[in-house]
Amino acid sequence: MAELIVYGIVLGSIIALGAIGLTLVYGILRFANFAHGDLMTAGAYVALFLVTGIFPWLGIPDTTFGSLSFGWRMTLAFPIAMACVAAASILFDRILYRPLRRKQSGPVIMAISALGASFIIRMIVIILWGADYHFYRPGVLRPAIMLPLEIKIRPDQILILATVLSLVILLYLFLQRTKMGKAMRATADNMELARVSGIDTERVIVWTWGIGGALAAAGGILYGIDVQLHPGMGWHFLLPLFAATILGGIGNMYGALIGALIMGVAQQVSTFYLMPTYKPAVAFVVMILILLVRPQGIFGGGRS
Amino acid sequence: MRVLEARNLTSGYGETDILHDVSMKLEEKEIVSIIGPNGAGKSTLLKTIFGILRPRQGVVRLGDEEITGLNPDKIVRKGMSYVPQVNNVFPSLTIQENLEMGAFVRTDDYRDRLQEMYDLFPLLKDRRNQKVGRLSGGQRQMVAMGRALMLDPKVLLLDEPSASLAPLLVEMIFEKIGDINKTGVAIIVVEQNARETLKISDRGYVLATGRTVFEDTGKAILENKEVGKLYLGG
Repeated sequence: MAELIVYGIVLGSIIALGAIGLTLVYGILRFANFAHGDLMTAGAYVALFLVTGIFPWLGIPDTTFGSLSFGWRMTLAFPIAMACVAAASILFDRILYRPLRRKQSGPVIMAISALGASFIIRMIVIILWGADYHFYRPGVLRPAIMLPLEIKIRPDQILILATVLSLVILLYLFLQRTKMGKAMRATADNMELARVSGIDTERVIVWTWGIGGALAAAGGILYGIDVQLHPGMGWHFLLPLFAATILGGIGNMYGALIGALIMGVAQQVSTFYLMPTYKPAVAFVVMILILLVRPQGIFGGGRS
Repeated sequence: MRVLEARNLTSGYGETDILHDVSMKLEEKEIVSIIGPNGAGKSTLLKTIFGILRPRQGVVRLGDEEITGLNPDKIVRKGMSYVPQVNNVFPSLTIQENLEMGAFVRTDDYRDRLQEMYDLFPLLKDRRNQKVGRLSGGQRQMVAMGRALMLDPKVLLLDEPSASLAPLLVEMIFEKIGDINKTGVAIIVVEQNARETLKISDRGYVLATGRTVFEDTGKAILENKEVGKLYLGG
């Protein structure tokens, strides 16, 4: 049981990277980005392309760090893939969402367009890599470390937690300390007032997509390291992403983080009682329960 | 010297015109009030001047420069700020962050200006790290005005600053408007609270059904029995 909770926290931290981006985009643009899960997929596959396609060709050595399952290749691929997906998200905004915004399209039209974007991303992944499972390093099982309470944890998983923690701290510092971070929070509060204050809200939107895309990519790669890659991986993440976002109060980054950890733990712990195939159903049940009991989320309601 | 002029503005939302051929001007260091019944087009006039609404006809000039049709984020850089009637603060940001957002377009060191705002609104200083969403209506209104003043504007537009405030606070807010004016800022105030506003105004315009029906000095409007009966509620 304790082990399942730890695995849940690992899964939850990966969900958090997607949920935070989803909630940031919602906070600023007020629509449900159904393509957000597929941005995670995109990140995972860009990293796969770099690790198995580009870097061997460049002669970057394939050694691993200690008992981790990856080495220099992944260390380099990680930030590059984040940057690529950030750029792709901004590009999607330019060609898809911004024209719709100019026409003052409603949230339903925006969300359905995002659904279309999600199909495009997934199909591109299937065309390029096929519908099969992929691994960053096939066939190597890394030994687990024994922690007290009979918790088995792989070194990879500890690194995943550390990576997510540092990304969240970086984002926190960005939002609290920098001018653009504060402008992002202001725009999420009240876009109209941000505009009359002289804040360039289009630039804020570009930053929002960039950060959202980069975090999603990070989440996708970490899931790929922890489990495996599959073209549908991001799509399957969508339900827990939304559940975590709603649980934390839509638009609330810190809420999304807590919501994601709760979702991760709930999903993993459920496998103690149910078959693992029911994991997505757990996300769904949690989401319905929140919507029935506390639709504004645990941290919602403070907003005016 | 004339700091702002609106000539023959016709404007409204979508297809519907609310404002018909309205003209007004604001001289340096003046307080000018725009009063009139609900739905007279007072807020529409402010929004049109500030570029939130585009006039169907007419011209807006700020100083020597025509600003008709410019977006608010451009106008704010030219020395005019606007405080909306509602939703005029960022509730999840702290007082200090709200003021910083008012200075967003500034790239210089604005700490002196921040201090001036705290001198003007001493109540805000002790609470500068509090979230604005937790503040009372009067305090929020001070944050909203402080935010708009961070760019040291020549012209300040206030949309019903006393709306939904307790009487004691109304008096305090009008006092603050007078203080702001004394620092050299020309102000246009739109108000329901006509008598209080006219007392501090150099001049006033009375709007009804989207047209200017009367204009004079604040004192003269207050003393005009007919205007009082028709538009200021007896």
